[in-house]
Amino acid sequence: MTVGLDKFNSDSSSAVHCENVSRYYHMGQALIRAVDGVSIQVRAGEFLALLGASGSGKSSLLNLIAGLDRPSSGNVIVQGRNLAALSPEELSKYRRHTVGMVFQSFNLIVSMTVLENVELPLRFAEVDRAKREALAREALGRVGLSARLGHRPSELSGGEQQRAALARALINQPHLLLADEPTGNLDSRTGTEILNLVRGFNESLGMTVVMVTHERALAERYASRMIFLADGRLVDDQPNLAPSAASGARGGES
Amino acid sequence: MKFYDLAELATRNLRESILRNSLTTLGIAVGVSSLVAMLSLGIGLQQLATRRLRKSGLFDTVVVTSRRDLRSFGREQESSGPAPAESPALDEPAREKIAQIPGVLEASPDIRFVTELRYEDKLHLTLMAGIPGSAKDRDAFEGMQGGFFSSDTAPELILQKSFAEELLGRKRKPGEDDANVADLAAPLLGKELTMRYAERVAAGRSATASVQITENHPISEPAGAVPGAAYSVVSRQLTLKIVGISDLDPDSLRGPVRARVFIPLKLAESLHVMQPNVRDTTAAFSSTPTYATLSVRVRSPKDVQAVETAIKKMGFNTFSIVDATRSMRQFFAVLDLFLGIFGSLALAVASIGIVNTLVMAILERRREIGIMKAIGASDIDVKKLFFAEAGAMGVLGGAVGVALGWAIGRVINVGTNIYLRRQELPPEQIWFVPWWLVLGAVGFAILVSLISGLYPASRAAQLDPVQALRYE
Repeated sequence: MTVGLDKFNSDSSSAVHCENVSRYYHMGQALIRAVDGVSIQVRAGEFLALLGASGSGKSSLLNLIAGLDRPSSGNVIVQGRNLAALSPEELSKYRRHTVGMVFQSFNLIVSMTVLENVELPLRFAEVDRAKREALAREALGRVGLSARLGHRPSELSGGEQQRAALARALINQPHLLLADEPTGNLDSRTGTEILNLVRGFNESLGMTVVMVTHERALAERYASRMIFLADGRLVDDQPNLAPSAASGARGGES
Repeated sequence: MKFYDLAELATRNLRESILRNSLTTLGIAVGVSSLVAMLSLGIGLQQLATRRLRKSGLFDTVVVTSRRDLRSFGREQESSGPAPAESPALDEPAREKIAQIPGVLEASPDIRFVTELRYEDKLHLTLMAGIPGSAKDRDAFEGMQGGFFSSDTAPELILQKSFAEELLGRKRKPGEDDANVADLAAPLLGKELTMRYAERVAAGRSATASVQITENHPISEPAGAVPGAAYSVVSRQLTLKIVGISDLDPDSLRGPVRARVFIPLKLAESLHVMQPNVRDTTAAFSSTPTYATLSVRVRSPKDVQAVETAIKKMGFNTFSIVDATRSMRQFFAVLDLFLGIFGSLALAVASIGIVNTLVMAILERRREIGIMKAIGASDIDVKKLFFAEAGAMGVLGGAVGVALGWAIGRVINVGTNIYLRRQELPPEQIWFVPWWLVLGAVGFAILVSLISGLYPASRAAQLDPVQALRYE
């Protein structure tokens, strides 16, 4: 496929490899460079934080990794597959099985109950009805929402909605969890609870996490590595050697 | 996505905007009902007309004559078929053979003769015909006063209205309306008439037992003659009871030789009336009856031509009225087409409603579509979902529409019959919904809905998830 792909394949510990990725938009006559020649290599099991001010391109980069968008140039390689070369159908399969996404605004379907929301990715994956419900119940149990299965999103608090969204993201056991400002709509205590859960999955399941945030303190507390973007370009890439608040802070899980 | 999941999600989505989707579905239902109503009216009218034509007995009858009967010879008949002298006799074996031709319901001898009827000491000369029991249900006897013959051999007769007028000595002035048959029936029903006729009797044979004999002059057979070659003509008389006065003309097919008085066919056969044809007067008397004319009834007007051809091949002459049902079917095909087009117009309007509803749904559910794509729905899944919603509205609208159309039909049928009853006319079924129309209408509704769903579904499928998720 590309030279980059071969290089990526030789490094089995790599989960995501962005190779000189750019994403441009046309807005009238102007050309917006949302992502501009970014190269990143994310190792499997890593907890990566993408930091930057509003409009720095961090969400655009996350959408490219999620397979929701295609790069204008460059390659995004996840598990040996170049997303830019996948057909729309293959890309939807990739989103279904390889990645799980959590959003700032939770993005639960309001007309469905919590259980139905969590089950939805399994419907697209054509999982049997009986198995589907068992898996969804289990996932909701893991995020502490067993008592809220029949409620609609509007009947839940923000924290509970985000937990449901997290359960939905994890239902297909993805390798990669992508979180776009997951605590942006939550108070700090609830946000901490959610991130504790995320880190728990990162540590216990060895799941790679890429989290977009503009709060440096949160990143320093949870991420093992921080990448800073400005105007679509990578400006800094630093390991966070001692993420604070280790296992002891996971009280929010219960 | 599995079909069951698709159906479940589609119905769930339809329930979410229950009012709007119900109204759209109602639109389809109204469209389907107008289609069903229009077409079932067309079909009903066609059936009514066909039924009428069939009952008239005009288009399902073939008149068969022997080629030996030169009186009914046309130029066309002269040039085709065997020479008259070599043509087969129209006798009982030939009648049985004709009765077995596919499509033939019955082949009955046509017996008609001039007779003298005495009523209240006054003589009336008229043409009399025998009619089979199967003619009872024909339209020609609609509006008849009294009843049909009590049996196939009963000494009873039915009078055509004009003859009844003659018996009563009523004369219609020019320009005057037809006489009311009920007025004529009152003084005549149950009265008796005496018929005088000429029976052909084989020499030495005794007269038929069932006939009341008052005069008998048998001629002794000359010595040395072929048995049956000699016969005598005996004048006889028979008393008959008037049981019915027909309003219409049951024998209209026969034009100038139509009879005005009718007796049961079996009775007419048993009388051995001397018929005025050459063969009858010259041929030997035999035990096998020979007929001048046969009246052949076929299953449907469509069969007339084939039956006629088969009979002509046997060496007989045939006559029938050109199948009027063919042009009628053509007329109704055009009528149905136009009714169908007008009926479909409402469905076309309804289909615009579906497009509108689904496009609105896309706008409203933009974010939802983005979410579904983000968590793994393919473009095809999204397309199928919108398609399924359109299809579900089609199924529901089609079913409700057929029910509605059927109900409208019932109401109009009942209304028409109430009106007919007030006009003292018999009830009619002018509305008919065949099963194929029910299935066809529902199928058509689904098809129209799916076509309407094409554009919204592909628009939803093409939605960019990044844009959709950004949408608030």
